[in-house]
Amino acid sequence: MTKPMGSHRTANGGRIDRSRPLSFMFDGVTYGGFAGDTLASALLANGVHLVGRSFKYHRPRGVLTAGADEPNALVQLERGARTEPNLRATQVELYQGLVATSVNAWPSLTHDLGAVNQLLSRFFVAGFYYKTFMRPKVLWDRVYEPFLRRMAGLGRAPELPDPDIYDKMHVHCDVLVVGAGPAGLAAALAAGRTGARVILMDEQAEAGGSLLSSAESLDGKPAPDWVADALAELASLPAVRVLQRTSVFGYYDQNFLCAVERRTDHLGPGARPGLSRQRLWHVRAARVVLATGAHERPLVFADNDRPGVMQASAVATYVRRFGVRLGSRAVIFTTNDSAYDAVDALLAAGIGIAAVVDSRPDPGPRAEAARAAGVVVHAGCVVAATHGTRRITGVEVRGCEGGVLAPAGLRLSCDLLAISGGWSPAVHLFSQSQGRVRWDEAKLCFVPGEAAQAQTSAGACNGTFGLGAVLAEGLAAGASAAHLAGFGDGAVPATPAVAEVAAAPGDALWLVPGLKPLGRAGKHFVDFQNDVTAFDIRLAAREGFESVEHVKRYTTNGMATDQGKTSNVNGLAILADTLGRAIPEVGTTTFRAPYTPVTFGVMAGRDLGEMLDPVRTTPIHAWHVARGALFEDVGQWKRPWYFPLAGEDMHAAVRREAKAVRDGLGVLDASTLGKIEIRGRDAGVFLDRIYTNLFSKLGIGRCRYGLMCKEDGMVFDDGVTARLGPDHYYMTTTTGGAARVLDWLEDYLQTEWPDLEVYCTSVTEQWSTIAVSGPRARDLLADLAPGMAVDPESFPFLSMREGMVAGLAARVFRISFTGELSYEINVPSHLGLAMWQAVMAAGARHGITPYGTETMHLLRAEKGFIIIGQETDGTVTPLDLGMDWIVSKQKDFVGKRSLTRSDTARADRKRLVGLLPEDEGEVLPEGAQLVEMAGGTPPVPMLGHVTSSYWSPNLGRSFALALIKGGPERLGQIVFAPLAGGRTVKARIVEPVFLDREGSRQNG
Amino acid sequence: MKQRFSAFTLLRNGLSWHENWQRQWRSPDPKPAYDVVIVGGGGHGLATAYYLAKEHGITNVAVLEKGWLGGGNTGRNTTIVRSNYLWDESAALYEHSLKLWEGLSADLNYNVMLSQRGVMNLAHNLGDVREAQRRVHANRLNGVDAEWLDTAGVKEFCPIINTSPDVRYPVLGATLQRRGGTARHDAVAWGYARGADARGVDIIQNCEVTGFDIEGGAIVGVQTTRGAIRTSKVGVVAAGHNSVLAAKAGIRLPLQSHPLQALVSEPIKPVHDCVVMSNTVHVYVSQSDKGELVMGAGIDGYNSYAQRGSFHIIEHQMAACLELFPIFSRLRMLRTWGGIVDVCPDASPLLTKTPVAGLFINGGWGTGGFKATPGSGHVFAHTIARDEPHPLAAPFSLDRFTTGALIDEHGAAAVAH
Repeated sequence: MTKPMGSHRTANGGRIDRSRPLSFMFDGVTYGGFAGDTLASALLANGVHLVGRSFKYHRPRGVLTAGADEPNALVQLERGARTEPNLRATQVELYQGLVATSVNAWPSLTHDLGAVNQLLSRFFVAGFYYKTFMRPKVLWDRVYEPFLRRMAGLGRAPELPDPDIYDKMHVHCDVLVVGAGPAGLAAALAAGRTGARVILMDEQAEAGGSLLSSAESLDGKPAPDWVADALAELASLPAVRVLQRTSVFGYYDQNFLCAVERRTDHLGPGARPGLSRQRLWHVRAARVVLATGAHERPLVFADNDRPGVMQASAVATYVRRFGVRLGSRAVIFTTNDSAYDAVDALLAAGIGIAAVVDSRPDPGPRAEAARAAGVVVHAGCVVAATHGTRRITGVEVRGCEGGVLAPAGLRLSCDLLAISGGWSPAVHLFSQSQGRVRWDEAKLCFVPGEAAQAQTSAGACNGTFGLGAVLAEGLAAGASAAHLAGFGDGAVPATPAVAEVAAAPGDALWLVPGLKPLGRAGKHFVDFQNDVTAFDIRLAAREGFESVEHVKRYTTNGMATDQGKTSNVNGLAILADTLGRAIPEVGTTTFRAPYTPVTFGVMAGRDLGEMLDPVRTTPIHAWHVARGALFEDVGQWKRPWYFPLAGEDMHAAVRREAKAVRDGLGVLDASTLGKIEIRGRDAGVFLDRIYTNLFSKLGIGRCRYGLMCKEDGMVFDDGVTARLGPDHYYMTTTTGGAARVLDWLEDYLQTEWPDLEVYCTSVTEQWSTIAVSGPRARDLLADLAPGMAVDPESFPFLSMREGMVAGLAARVFRISFTGELSYEINVPSHLGLAMWQAVMAAGARHGITPYGTETMHLLRAEKGFIIIGQETDGTVTPLDLGMDWIVSKQKDFVGKRSLTRSDTARADRKRLVGLLPEDEGEVLPEGAQLVEMAGGTPPVPMLGHVTSSYWSPNLGRSFALALIKGGPERLGQIVFAPLAGGRTVKARIVEPVFLDREGSRQNG
Repeated sequence: MKQRFSAFTLLRNGLSWHENWQRQWRSPDPKPAYDVVIVGGGGHGLATAYYLAKEHGITNVAVLEKGWLGGGNTGRNTTIVRSNYLWDESAALYEHSLKLWEGLSADLNYNVMLSQRGVMNLAHNLGDVREAQRRVHANRLNGVDAEWLDTAGVKEFCPIINTSPDVRYPVLGATLQRRGGTARHDAVAWGYARGADARGVDIIQNCEVTGFDIEGGAIVGVQTTRGAIRTSKVGVVAAGHNSVLAAKAGIRLPLQSHPLQALVSEPIKPVHDCVVMSNTVHVYVSQSDKGELVMGAGIDGYNSYAQRGSFHIIEHQMAACLELFPIFSRLRMLRTWGGIVDVCPDASPLLTKTPVAGLFINGGWGTGGFKATPGSGHVFAHTIARDEPHPLAAPFSLDRFTTGALIDEHGAAAVAH
């Protein structure tokens, strides 16, 4: 279906490009518009006023505003992977082929079944769901809640991943100006002329703000021409950057602000492949000038939500800026002067005006001017009711004095109702900056109080209205901001000449009486999108919800996607009136980021997929990949898990690898282990305090295994540390614990023992470690390092040597995590792969077999060696692990005091033991809980759990390690592991060392 | 007699234009003396007052709230309810709480919208899998419903999760507690307030406690911004400000306060029907009945009493969210906020007597207090009423930091060599 294009356009004028027609589709109908239109202006120019349905009652709704405060005109934009829900049509720029659908209506916008809710609206008041649907619970679970969920929500999420990309920028500037209306442009000019680095960010496609739809002139120029000149000047200043389509949404501590720049949305989906769709700006500004304008408040009267009811300022904008004939007969309902601007716009466009309804008994000079132009002005009157369903058709006008309606009045027919209840400065960013707002009783709005950061508010967002005053304030703010940032002398440029407009004060009319008592005929909407009415606010107050935060939460006022831009102050004023208090006594709700909703994707930026977290690989990684290794994630590292040969599963591969190490020779890439250089006069003392055992007496060239505990005495990390020189140690940590351990060391050095002279440096990435293990390891090393004495006397267990290995300078540590004769060959990382290849080549004749973490885990478990995070979980002491031998009785160390606490010293703590399942083929699941007797009903007392469990080719059977209450006292006893599905596995408690108890293999 | 809430009364009041609804709670001036004073009008404090009145017949109780009730962490959390904790002591306490949750709407005559849609805790590496399975085994023996799902099971339970093996941290499986879910956080505070008020409890808002009156090592009253109040029993339930208040009584608590942020998206039609939590990728996500995606992650690292955090934390959590749910990329964040959580060194709460006779403390719930609200109030009321710990509260006493009987729920450090 195609509708004739632009049937509701003015003959000429506006900032649309009439030479560039565009077609678009809304709810399946094709319409025409022009470049420069928003989706809202284009729809209105086609006479489409019904654009949405409300959240709860599914009331027909039209476009209320022309900006970010729009509560009604929400659309689902586009289809497929690029579809996007809940966009405000007032902010969507029109492009060729745009496809939009209304949200929250079924089967169609004009015939919406959800509208049945209107019939029940008498019962669906604020918080009704807290009072019912309670019994029986099963109905809540199965019927009520699923129904509520289906009714709720607005648009739909895409069903496919986002094809677009996003990026981020980080900038510093001297002056950040937020908003390019008259105040913001003036501030940017004044600051920019000083040479300061100025960034001007504005949410609209075009700079100018209210000037784009203003009929005023500046220095004799039409407002839009002045804007063009200002932009030209800003463009000529090299230190000034102007960013349009950029919404500053968050104001954080230390003048840190975040903004989203929409780079391609206005071009249509996929128009610029490779270009980021949106960009997140992080700005650190020396000074900030907020020039964010103000939002016009709707009036709260009966049935104030019909399509065709629009903010007066939006009426002026659509007529002047977009050339839209909004209707043929308008009524203007206002409490203040600003709506007369809409009167002027309508008159100029030749749109009929039925009357102006001004609540003020003496509306002042603007009303007189309107009357002089032939407009009927009903002073001291209000709109008490409206007519129409899918479009307003008429209003009931009544005199109103002291909140009481005159008994009779007149009915005016109309198809457009422009409303103005005054203005609310956009203090959102000011409030986010921790500034406190204050109520200005004369201006009837919240205005910024004292600034909490290096910031100034200028123009309407500061409660300053009237173009001359706004420009003057903007210029002063810009000049001052630059000066305070070290630029210019603070002199304020001359304010452009603008015509003085005589003004009269506005009227505080927060709730317009209806023809019947509140709530009984018609609805007085406060929050349009969430369908919160004045009646709901009264009800909340009646039920004891007196805090504005309670009323907000109970009624949901201000919690819609517009974040209460049009509803907060009206809601607050109605609450204050209900409670009989002044508005400032009731307070205001806190404004939190974001000012307008922010796309998830732009916050994630490029940090997705591989970039979510850096992938760390060793210099030997490519070799492992080529060899067909499967990998395990250990922290950020990719570690070879096992190296299957053709046809092997993990079990078979591990069996082969494990046999190879015990019987011949295996090689492991151990480069991922954390490595920390510890140097300085007090390095030994420091390690004595950190480790449970003594390191200051360790001989140079010797290695020692150490445990470190947290203050609570629980094991935190472990590893071998070697002494390379008098003031020089080389610590190794677990792979996943490296960063934590370094933080821990630094924490103690910097905060507890600043007197120690010790320096810690991570060298994990600087060294590659190749562990060769097995009975043939010495033969291999002898082959590779002919100049190194490798006999047991010259190179004993737990010592290190420096020398040439395969022609490369290396450090060789004789330590073992498998219980076999082992050497760990360390070379600088760039030589890691070369050394690995040399080891593989020389090892060929020994049958060298690369093995992965799974085999490593199995082999160490056969020896009863622990793994941090597997045998420990932050609740295990060295003594629980049976490692009393490593805990010094002589010296103090972190955690020592805790080891003597009554619970920590308890005899029946969970302690490390071995387990042998009765069925030698049965591998207990790791994590299985152990109980004393099979059966029983929960809660079943648990003795402990299986920490590690394997099938060992070396033992020819399954075995496990476990932590069991009083474990060492239970040797020989049987425990049970109840598994899912009701099966129970029986196992016998044994010593946790299964192989080579005397250590002759590793020590020999 | 308090007006009952039901479909019938809703209908009847609808017909009378809702003019006859009573206040859900009174707004009394403080009396000079109470049997018990509860400091902190959040969910835990209100629940404590409710159970003091309901279970122990102690109705001369005041709840003192420095702001508006439910305005702290009760109104700032991500509303997740579950009980699948590892250790016996925790599982018993949280399961007690979950059982109370299951009857809470009926008990309070207030629909707290408990939504048992299932909570999945994802595992992304072999260490996660080991710990998750350990927790499942322990939960079952403790009578807490728990299942282990493999990757296919995760996909079936929550089809929109990206379970591709090619992502940075593939989903290797998950634990599932089907009885877990969410509840409407504000309603919990309001429901307890209404229930306590109906039993005679005075709920006093905008009343800040500025000091404690202690004589001979025993509490005799509190000083407030609305005057002195005499009492022999005080329960401090002030979350992020517990340590500040305890210091006024001369007690140094083992607590650190941190900001914890959360956010919601704009409301969308139902797309995500359960709660998904991931410690490794670090985000948790559910969808509210209103249609908003509700999500959170970890604490801000620094200590603070300001109810706001840093934006980079949200950026990081959003990356984690999109890694798990790529279809959410074009949705938009509507609101963010922060609360102040008080964290014990062992990540378990305090439900405890103190060295000051008559002064009791309930806190240290860290990032997970909401789910405990009914159970916490229930056992804390018992502890105050009997002046001795409820058996479920006993392990959470302050002296565990002296004896070493810690209940370390940091979750096992999933680290391997």
